[in-house]
Amino acid sequence: MYRKNNSLLVYCIFYFLFLYIPVFLLPIFSFNDSFHMVFPLKGFTFDWYIEMWNKARLHQALWNSIKVGVIASIISTFIALFAAKAFTRYRVKYSGLSYGAILLPFIIPEIIIAVAFIVIWTSMGLRLGLIPITISHVLYCTPFCLLILISRMDGFDKSLEEASMDLGENIFGTFWRVTFPLLLPGIIASLLLSFVISFDEFILAFFLSSSDQTLPIYMWSQLRFPKKLPHVLALGAIIIVATSFIVMLSYWFRNLGQSNSNKGSHI
Amino acid sequence: MINNDFIKLRNISKRFNDVIAVDSLDLDISEGEFFSLLGPSGCGKTTLLRILAGFEYPTTGSVFIDNSEVTNQTPNLRPSNMVFQNYAIFPHINVQRNIEFGLRKENLSKEELNLRVKESLKMVQLEGYEERFSNQLSGGQRQRVALARALVKRPKVLLLDEPLGALDKKLREEMQIELRNLQKDLGITFIFVTHDQEEAMTMSDRVAVMNEGKILQISPPKELYNKPVNKFVSEFIGNINLLETLIIDENDKNLSLEILNIGKQNFQKNNFNSKLSENIFVALRPEEISIKKEKIETADINIKGVVKNISFYGESTYFYVKVEGIKKLLMVSNFIDQVSINENDECNLGINLEDIKLVS
Repeated sequence: MYRKNNSLLVYCIFYFLFLYIPVFLLPIFSFNDSFHMVFPLKGFTFDWYIEMWNKARLHQALWNSIKVGVIASIISTFIALFAAKAFTRYRVKYSGLSYGAILLPFIIPEIIIAVAFIVIWTSMGLRLGLIPITISHVLYCTPFCLLILISRMDGFDKSLEEASMDLGENIFGTFWRVTFPLLLPGIIASLLLSFVISFDEFILAFFLSSSDQTLPIYMWSQLRFPKKLPHVLALGAIIIVATSFIVMLSYWFRNLGQSNSNKGSHI
Repeated sequence: MINNDFIKLRNISKRFNDVIAVDSLDLDISEGEFFSLLGPSGCGKTTLLRILAGFEYPTTGSVFIDNSEVTNQTPNLRPSNMVFQNYAIFPHINVQRNIEFGLRKENLSKEELNLRVKESLKMVQLEGYEERFSNQLSGGQRQRVALARALVKRPKVLLLDEPLGALDKKLREEMQIELRNLQKDLGITFIFVTHDQEEAMTMSDRVAVMNEGKILQISPPKELYNKPVNKFVSEFIGNINLLETLIIDENDKNLSLEILNIGKQNFQKNNFNSKLSENIFVALRPEEISIKKEKIETADINIKGVVKNISFYGESTYFYVKVEGIKKLLMVSNFIDQVSINENDECNLGINLEDIKLVS
């Protein structure tokens, strides 16, 4: 007979509380009518959201983050697309080695990448700002994109591309008419995920930004002033909701037509 | 006039690292022929087909289709089309657009395009399926779409890579007949790869039996069955009994053999293949041995044995007979069910000298 083991359930509940209570405190305090993040709560207010809305520097930082995120995600998805094609379709020399090299930013502490990057960048006499941040984000995002696209590429049959060649398309026509549409869910997932990663990234942006702040850097700079804390909480609450939504969307796209290949495999 | 070397392979070899998949092979295939490449898995038949399609380039040698060399041409430029083993129907577009796929470069009007698609769907008896997607089709229907998609291009050569492998037995047999009829009607050269000897035998004009990258024999099915050139072919095509044999005496005309455990016999040499090595066997199909309880008067050789197993197949019955001194049970088939013989009965096996083949 199977007896229900309640201790595992308790463990599970504690685990989720531990994980999410700090996260949920943020939105709660963002509606609290007080400068201080202490209980008991004082009163309900939208003031911090209104204050946030009126900050010009925040708008600038948000715009910077979006620019960096969009460009970095497009470039890294592009690079990963070609790499995934090479790794899954061709017999490449030293493929193990280059695969490892692309995935390396996963393991190397970000701060080391940041320091190395700043040394190289400044020694070349170039100015810090959004461009080096974007480049470093490409480096940082590409492994994620590669993993998504390789799994997508492995999921569809190589003979589809051969059939296209056989029916008269050259490699470009084949890519455009067969490979790309079949990879599209993976490409969208890769774009969304790498955008979120870039959008949330702090350390690289912290080292490489000068006066051009991204959103995480802006938030960091505001934390020094107690009176500015509440509107950062409001901003944080919005970011949590937005990025969770994007990540879920990306996950949905990634599995589109793949979990059940006999059903709805067309996009 | 029929073009005998419509497809011409000369000295084709293909090496993958250390593995030789195809070994310096020559082959001519006529226009309008149904030609099968038959062999066990790993014999190089699929590699050979992929060399013809352009998915692999040969390490040495040249490929000609209709008098022009295509050895280094990419698949999209060749006058051949392929039906893939897993059909490779594009999952993101419907049947209509799958079939249209290869016609884009021909700049047809919408009406012409629809006509061509309709025509080819009619050929494979799949009219009315234009709007379906691959996941809404059965295995047999996918197979037909793949066929229509290749035929709509009006290729000079159709390459088929074990296209019936994934279908169940009944459907497979229907498709065999349909494919054969389609090929006769269209007059297109079909090159068909299979490991199933029955499939190759029922459909083909000629069959090439391959093993270890080499073609061992190219013959029409009947000849392949009745005159196998060596032991491998004789065993691969149908069932056969191989009896160990020694050459006792040999001159220009006659051959004197000792069939081990059975006896000495003299043969005229010109009945046999000239290329025989030391290690030879007498080969006999199961239906070439007759079986009775009493002595068989009409047979040249009578052998005594004991029936060990009987298998009933409907149209014929197989007897597995133990003969003193011969390790393997002899397979004997009979078209009439001989109810008088039971398992463990003693019996007589009769062989006529004219049925005896020698292989090595």
